[in-house]
Amino acid sequence: MSEKKMLKVIINDQELMVPEGITILEAAHQAGVHIPTLCHLDLHDFKMVNQTASCRVCMVEAPGRNTLVPACVTKVSEGMEVRTDSIRAITARRMAVELLLSNHPNECFTCPKNLECELQALAAELNVREIRWEGDRMDYPKDLTSDAIVKDANKCIYCRRCETACNKVQTCGILSGIGRGFEAFVGPFGNIPMVESSCTYCGQCVQVCPTAALTEVYHMDKVWEAINDPDKYVIVQTAPAIRVAIGELFGMEAGTIATGKMVTALKRMGFDAVFDTDFGADLTVMEEAAELIYRIKNNKTLPILTSCCPAWVKFIEHQFPELLEIPSTCKSPHIMFGTIAKTYYAEKNNIDPDNIVVVSVMPCIAKKAEAKRPELTKDEHNNVDIVVTTRELGKMIKEAGIDFKNLPDTEFDKPLGETTGASVIFGTTGGVIEAALRTAYEWMTGEELKNVEFEQLRGLDGVREATVDVGGKELHIGIAHGLGNARILLENIRDGKSKYHAVEIMACPGGCIAGGGQPYHHGNDEIVKKRQQDIYDEDRRKKVRKSHENKEILELYKEYLGEPFGDLAHRLLHTHYEERERI
Amino acid sequence: MGNNVSGFKIIYRKEVRIMTKPQTISVTAPAEEEFPKEKYDELEQFIDGMETTKGALIEILHKAQGIFGYLPRDVQLFIARKLGIPGAEVFGVVSFYSYFTTKPRGKHTISVCMGTACYVRGADKILEKMKEKLGIESNEITEDGLFTLKDVRCIGACGLAPVVMVDDKVFGRVKVEEVDDILNQYRK
Ligand code: SF4
Ligand code: SF4
Ligand code: SF4
Ligand code: FES
Ligand code: FES
Repeated sequence: MSEKKMLKVIINDQELMVPEGITILEAAHQAGVHIPTLCHLDLHDFKMVNQTASCRVCMVEAPGRNTLVPACVTKVSEGMEVRTDSIRAITARRMAVELLLSNHPNECFTCPKNLECELQALAAELNVREIRWEGDRMDYPKDLTSDAIVKDANKCIYCRRCETACNKVQTCGILSGIGRGFEAFVGPFGNIPMVESSCTYCGQCVQVCPTAALTEVYHMDKVWEAINDPDKYVIVQTAPAIRVAIGELFGMEAGTIATGKMVTALKRMGFDAVFDTDFGADLTVMEEAAELIYRIKNNKTLPILTSCCPAWVKFIEHQFPELLEIPSTCKSPHIMFGTIAKTYYAEKNNIDPDNIVVVSVMPCIAKKAEAKRPELTKDEHNNVDIVVTTRELGKMIKEAGIDFKNLPDTEFDKPLGETTGASVIFGTTGGVIEAALRTAYEWMTGEELKNVEFEQLRGLDGVREATVDVGGKELHIGIAHGLGNARILLENIRDGKSKYHAVEIMACPGGCIAGGGQPYHHGNDEIVKKRQQDIYDEDRRKKVRKSHENKEILELYKEYLGEPFGDLAHRLLHTHYEERERI
Repeated sequence: MGNNVSGFKIIYRKEVRIMTKPQTISVTAPAEEEFPKEKYDELEQFIDGMETTKGALIEILHKAQGIFGYLPRDVQLFIARKLGIPGAEVFGVVSFYSYFTTKPRGKHTISVCMGTACYVRGADKILEKMKEKLGIESNEITEDGLFTLKDVRCIGACGLAPVVMVDDKVFGRVKVEEVDDILNQYRK
């Protein structure tokens, strides 16, 4: 690559050299000058850039041009002089926010995004004290139809970040601008209710929406209700990705593992048993590895696709119905966990399953809808009753007045809290397949796997491929995270261009660590990387790092399930998929 | 009121306009109409005959509306699949231009201008009267299939405000009392 040409620019009297082709915003960043932004979003690692330049919150003065320009899209030129701090620029930026607020509901007090809203934060930062325009306000009904996502078009500021996330990154094509001008908002085809669309509920649009126009459906009340019902035995399970992110909600630095504090908080909230979805993940590894070996031995359909991610499952149902034969039939880990809680655990402890309420704390919005899928609710009771996100758990801990930061550590309860390093890495892209390989390797070769870390499967590239030598047999592995990358991989499989034995797909770019229900990263992808680092650290700290060495899991098979992928396991831990319409 | 910083004049916009609700399509309801295959073939041929479909969505929708009379769900989805783009994107464009309609059109289209000039001269009252006389809301079609009513943005005849258009004919300085007369001209 040839060296980039360097240009001289002057920002607020400060002279600096910057590479050609960058924006004023990026140049200002180099100069240590902060320019506020709203619609702009740039997640380098996930190749997501939103450059609609619709909000005008980043206006700066470029005197040479005798005009105000949006810093987020305007490229620097040689000798360019920029003023971000002139009264004219400051006023223009404030006015941009005022204009947005003039058509925005005045309900910050009761808004779910209160204190987490980027628009609200900007109003404070830019010192808005009065909204000098009075005019129409949008008055659209809220879309409460889905079990996962609420759309409140009145709070839409039309930044179109969600469209970028849904259409460019996830290639789901659900969201589009509807109408025009002042009354425009974002919604699905035909402005139909979300539930009728092909939305996967991956929640990436929710993760990037700066306001409360897109949020999850909140289920916190239901959890409190269950906890306060003396007849109910309320079990909570937490997904692997929660522990590496929840601290952020309490001002702890990104990259703090807060497993012990989280468990203490859950106990203080009044749950009867605090378990770990990692147990369900270990169980998933057992089933999935057994299924993989079964398919290889019997010349059945290959590759096998991991099925832990309900958004990804819904994606294939809508977008690639012709490939529904290839995903593993394994239920997702938290659903497996719920099933075991209401059968094995209930029997063992003599509790009526009807009185058990299983609450899942998930980094994910899609799991809210997954838990309501009819095939996962039929056998007399729901596998999982309530799903709350990491963010919701954070709110509940605050509501309960628990001082999270200063809590002591506690261990998960036994037996369904016994876990391995393999299950921890489920939280990141590449982790599920690595966990499955640790087990499949030993089962296929009958030898001990010395180095459990498959470096070749790790990283953050959107599509990764690796060949793993398993006792002389080569296994071809594919990994994709982000549904846009999944689409590439699936097309290659469908067209016979790639031959894999096993493929892992996670809907969210980065995997569950960057799930739609995680603390808002507000466009900072460093946070996501730190969470991933944490996950691998936590794995390294575990004494047992292979799922098939989890004592409680072995116990469960011995006492109750029988063989992995056997009859009872099949009945309880596996599911099926159906073709859905693409709209 | 209002601080005037460095010569910025604050414009107060007090009048409150009616928000046109974007057109909505029901996905679960059965299609209003089954179109003969020839119509789809015609559209398909048109699309296939294009050098490139990039940036041609508006043109294609225009053609489709010409063939089908309006752009119901199935036609929009047909175009989306044909071009390999999301349905939402097609609908986004359809909802952007008031020219496109997702409901069948009446024989005559009445457009009541709701632009600022017309609005301050009482366009809202004209629209209300139209609704009352026709027994429909905006974007609906009368039972006899004769009229479609639309409220539109400025049509560029502000000097004649308030303005009503029926098909291509412009009626200027319309008074509420004249609404009946206008309709009757088309009722014979
Ligand atoms: S979205 Fe933001 S600005 Fe709007 S009401 Fe909620 S908190 Fe307030
Ligand atoms: S829904 Fe949210 S992300 Fe999408 S355009 Fe509106 S404000 Fe932006
Ligand atoms: S949840 Fe995912 S698929 Fe659904 S609209 Fe949002 S980004 Fe698109
Ligand atoms: S951030 Fe630059 S226009 Fe919105
Ligand atoms: S406002 Fe009605 S024609 Fe311009």
